[in-house]
This record gives sequence, C-alpha cells and structure tokens, in this order.
Amino acid sequence: MINNRVLPRFTNTLSSVIIFGSFFFIAGIMWAGYLIRGSPLYTGVGVARPQPIPFSHERHIRSDAIDCRFCHSSVESSPFAGMPPTETCMQCHTQIGLNSPILDQVRESYKTNRPLQWQRIYNLPGYVHFDHSIHVNKGVGCVTCHGPMDNMVPLPEQFPIDNRTPVIWKAQPLTMQWCLKCHRNPENYVRPREQVFNLNWRPQKPQADLGRELIGKYKIKDAGYLTNCDVCHF
Amino acid sequence: MSQRAKREALTSEESLRPLIKPGHTLTSITNKISAIVLSPPLLTWLQWLIGLGLSFIILMIFMFGVSWVLYRGVGVWGVNIPVAWGFAITNFVWWIGIGHAGTLISAILLLMNQNWRNSINRFAEAMTLFALGCASLFPLLHLGRPEAFYWMLPYPNIMSLWPQFRSPLVWDVFAMIVYGLVSLFFWYLGLVPDLATLRDRTENRLAWVIYGILSLGWRGGSRQWFYYERAYLLLAGLATPLVISVHSIVSFDFSVAIVPGWHSTLFPPYFVAGAAFSGLAMVILIAIPIRYVFGLEDFITMRHFNNLAKLMLALGLIVAYSYVVEYFFRWYSDNTYQSNLTHDQATGAYSWMFWLQITCNALIPQVLWFKQVRSNLRLLFIVSIVISVGMWVERYVIVITSLHRDFLPSVFGMFSGTIWDWATLIGSFGLFLCLMFMFIRLLPGVSMAEMRKLLLHGKMKEES
Repeated sequence: MINNRVLPRFTNTLSSVIIFGSFFFIAGIMWAGYLIRGSPLYTGVGVARPQPIPFSHERHIRSDAIDCRFCHSSVESSPFAGMPPTETCMQCHTQIGLNSPILDQVRESYKTNRPLQWQRIYNLPGYVHFDHSIHVNKGVGCVTCHGPMDNMVPLPEQFPIDNRTPVIWKAQPLTMQWCLKCHRNPENYVRPREQVFNLNWRPQKPQADLGRELIGKYKIKDAGYLTNCDVCHF
Repeated sequence: MSQRAKREALTSEESLRPLIKPGHTLTSITNKISAIVLSPPLLTWLQWLIGLGLSFIILMIFMFGVSWVLYRGVGVWGVNIPVAWGFAITNFVWWIGIGHAGTLISAILLLMNQNWRNSINRFAEAMTLFALGCASLFPLLHLGRPEAFYWMLPYPNIMSLWPQFRSPLVWDVFAMIVYGLVSLFFWYLGLVPDLATLRDRTENRLAWVIYGILSLGWRGGSRQWFYYERAYLLLAGLATPLVISVHSIVSFDFSVAIVPGWHSTLFPPYFVAGAAFSGLAMVILIAIPIRYVFGLEDFITMRHFNNLAKLMLALGLIVAYSYVVEYFFRWYSDNTYQSNLTHDQATGAYSWMFWLQITCNALIPQVLWFKQVRSNLRLLFIVSIVISVGMWVERYVIVITSLHRDFLPSVFGMFSGTIWDWATLIGSFGLFLCLMFMFIRLLPGVSMAEMRKLLLHGKMKEES
C-alpha cells in the first residue's frame, strides 16, 4: 500500500485553507453570536406582545393627557413603579366607555375582585435589582428606557392563534451592555427632575453641558461607583 | 587506583553506557516498537485489556462524581467559608504540575542536547497532555456554573464584560490554553514521522486510512526533514518558557492574595520546582510498567532511570530548600499571622498532613543519593509513589491550612473532603489512565524516528 495516497492531492491546499480559515471562522462565530444575542430575537426589542385587554398607552397619554404617575403611582418612592389596581381604571371607566365590549374584563375584574393579569414586558433577571425611585429622582426620564409610550398604539393585525391584539413592546434591550451605557456616562442621559415624566422633552442647551450641570446638582456618583458589580447585582 | 580516579572511571563508564541495547539495527528498532501497536502478542494484549478495564471502572467513579457535582452543585464537596478552595484547586495544581515534567523532558532536555530523552519523551508528552486534561476539569467544576466558563475569555458580548486582566486567575486561563495547544502541537509534530511508519506498515485498511490522514502526507524526504527539524526546534523553544511561566502563574493565584501562607514572593520558583518534581515521579511511575509489559528494556534502559532519578533528586532539593526559606521568612517577617500559621501547621489540626509533606518531599527523596536505590526499580517505584503523594499533600496543606485559620478567630473553620471530593480525585486517575492506555495501544509509545536517529549518531561516532 506504500505507493497509494490516502487522500487526493488537492487536500494539501484544502488543509491550508482550513487552518487559515479557521481563525476567521471562529471569529465569525463569535461575532455572529454577539449579533444574535443583541438582536430582537433574543432581547425582544420592538416585538409586540398582547395583554389581557388591548390597552392603548397612546390613547391614555396623548389623547387623555394622563400623567404616568396616575397609574404607576409608586414610581417615585419605591423600586417598583406599581401596576394600577382595577379600581384605578374604574375611577374613569364608571363614566366612560360603559358599553364598550373591550372593557368587559375590567368590569369583570372589578366585580369579582380578581386583578387583571398583565403580562410583564420589562423583565429583569433575578440576579439584578432595579430601583425605579432612584432613577426617577436622579433625573432619568421614563422615555429613556421605556421609549415613546405615547406612540404605542395597539397594532391592527392580531395574533393568529388567539386573536389577541399586540399592544405593547420593549423599546430597549435591557442587556447589561445597555445599562452600562448610561452607568458609564450618565451625563448623556439625565434631564431635569421636573421633565422626567414629559415624554416629548428636548434639552434646551447641549446635553453635554446640561448633563454635567445636573450631575453636580443631583449628586450623581461617578462611573467608577456606578459600575461596581453590587450597584445592580445582589 | 585512588578513590577519586575510581569515581571518575565509574561516572564516565555510566555516561558511555549505550542508550539503546547493543545489537539493534534500524529495522529491528522499528519492528519492535511498531509491533506494540500493529501486532501485539496475545499476552500483552490481554494485560493491556485488563489494565484498560480497571482504569475504566475508576473512570466511571469520576463520571458518577462529576455528574453528581453538576446535578447538585459544588455544595456536595466539603468546600465552604472559610475554606472555599478545597480539593478542586489542590487537584488542579497537582495535575498541572504532573504535566510539567513532560515538557521539561521533551523541550528543555532537547534544547540542552540531552539525547537520552529520546525514548521517554513521547509518553512523557502524552502524560503532559492527559494531565492537563485532568487538571483543567477541576477549575471548571469548581466554577459552580461550568456552562459559563467562556466568560473568562475576552469575546464580544452583550454584557460589556471584559476579563479582569489584572487578575492572575485570568492569566491562568490563557496560560492553560497556550500550554495545552503548544503541548498538543509539539506532541503531534513529533508523532508525524512515526504515524507515516505505521501507515506504511499496517495491513489493516481502516488503520491505513487513519494513520495516513494523521501523518499529513509524510514521505521522509530530506526537504520534509529539514522543515520538520526546524519546526520541532521552534516549538521546543516555545514550550520551554511555558514550563516556567505556567506554574508561576498558577502560584500567582495564591501569592497575590494577602492570606498568610499564600502571600509569598517565593512561590513561583517553589511551585515550578515542585511541579517538575512530582511530574518526574509520575514519569517513572508510568515508565516502569510500560517498559515491563511491552518489553521495552532495550530502549528504556537503567541509564534512563538513573538520569531521571538524579533530576528528581535535584528538583527535590530545590523543593526542600524552598521549605526552609519559606519557614525562615515566616519567622523573620515577625508577623503574628505568619507565625501563627506556621505554629498551626506544625501542631494544629492538619499537622499530620504537614509532617507527611515534609517526610515525603524533603526527607525520603534523599535516598536517591544512593546508586543502589536509583538502580533498583522496585525502590524507585516506591519512592516515586511517596513523592507523588507528598506533592498532593503539599498542595493540600497550602490550600487548606492557610484558609482555615484566617485573620479573625470568628471565621476559623475546618475542612474535610466529602465522598464526592474523593470520587473526583480518585476518578481523575481513571480518566488519566484510560487515556494513557489508549495512547499506548494506538500510537507508538517510544519515538521510532528519534531512536533510529540515535542509533545512527552512535554508529557515526564509532566510525569517526
């Protein structure tokens, strides 16, 4: 068998190509993994989800001009922004939309004293603690993380399986990379406290100047502190 | 004859003793070594099968132990605060130390032109690779979340996380990866001419294809040899600093911490010497049975064992010296915590381990001064076992006794390995032995090409 070749001659070239190419291949896999994990496939940004009732943030914020805190009442004082009890809905809906079939479930909940089961969209992993009150009080606007809620209209199409209307979606990926973008450079994102709940606020002067000023005023700690592991992780 | 002249005559006679038993030709060397792989005698094959079977049983202990750790978490081990580094780190340091002797023999002795290394380097390098495999499993299991091991590598990620490059634990990851790759390439490159020999000699079609692919088209032409020798020397040059650096970095894992017993500038040389010391003991432990079972007395001669034992003695003396220096500086530092630690080690709960360490590593190896011991394989085997045990105990003493008496009496604690600690330790021998047995059956355990070269060089010397 000594004069036979196990593999044809072109495998010489092939093996060089494989060895040389493997570096690019491995780098490519790592980069693809990074892109996939940062994409909506993994983070769910912009992927519309249904709720028990097709609640429109757009109608309540823009048309009715209701403040965020009317429903999410504990946002300034507790880690949890607060989900409104059915009684909050019924403050208005005993007067408005009495015959609307959309509100059937709300009325049902009010009668039976069983809360509506809203689906959580902004879901953080168990090893992270997030406090709404500190962010709101240091001048991080709702819109910075939650996006333009006043534009979130229930989508016209429905989910094919249960005919439910997608009404709400994530505006930001909530990855650690995204959190750190602000924790490393808070001056790029802070705004005056009184503008926190204003979804359409634009800075009057350059954000860099304003940010530096507000950081001094609100005593926001530096990036060295804000990027400590235990600031966010247990 | 004066005493001195006699001694000189004895040494020169010893160094002239042939590395290959006289009477061998190029063909007989190749026949003898390739027969182990291609057509072993029935008795040898049976012995091999029994050995592999026993190792496989031990491997199953490992599998069971590891599965339980993965299923229940590291809590099944004895580790807890204050002793959070238990058996896993002890075993890691011990196994990676074993590996160092292989690289020492294959790279450093090659660069120093010590051609007696040629018959033992192949399985010593295999030992390095398999020991590295065993070693790297322990820190992975110790992570608690082994599936997230890749977080230690710098790769693009959505957490914006980057390894802490100031930590020796990160250097350790890189050192291990580099060491593993270089050892693998070095071992494989050395194998290429031998794989080609096996390809040309086998009668089995499947073996022909496999050895043929693995031998990368080796034909033994002078151009191929030219490039081969160059690459081999280059890799030896690459591997040599790794013998020093890898275990230095392992020692930094300890010495950067301010824990008394760890915080010492002595650690890098101390660890490197200890690593090669235990590794050489393992080489002897492997060489003796291989030589006996496969009848390799012609190639692994008493001169080899004599040289290995001398090397082991030299490294053992460095280790013993390191002990002395370590305890001297603990006393000289006049630091309460350091002296308390020494007192606790010598008289405390783990004192028997401490004295076992001193006995096994510093006292018993002194018998290697005697030629009678170095030329008696039974005694050499026993001394090597003692050294291997002693070096494990040394790492145990460093890891556990330093941690169990911390700065505050309120966090003093005790450690003892659970059955799962022992299962992973003992089982890792099963993994190592299984790999070793498969290696010796499937690949030539002694380098045929280098043995042939050795024979030719000897002949050329005689003729000139």
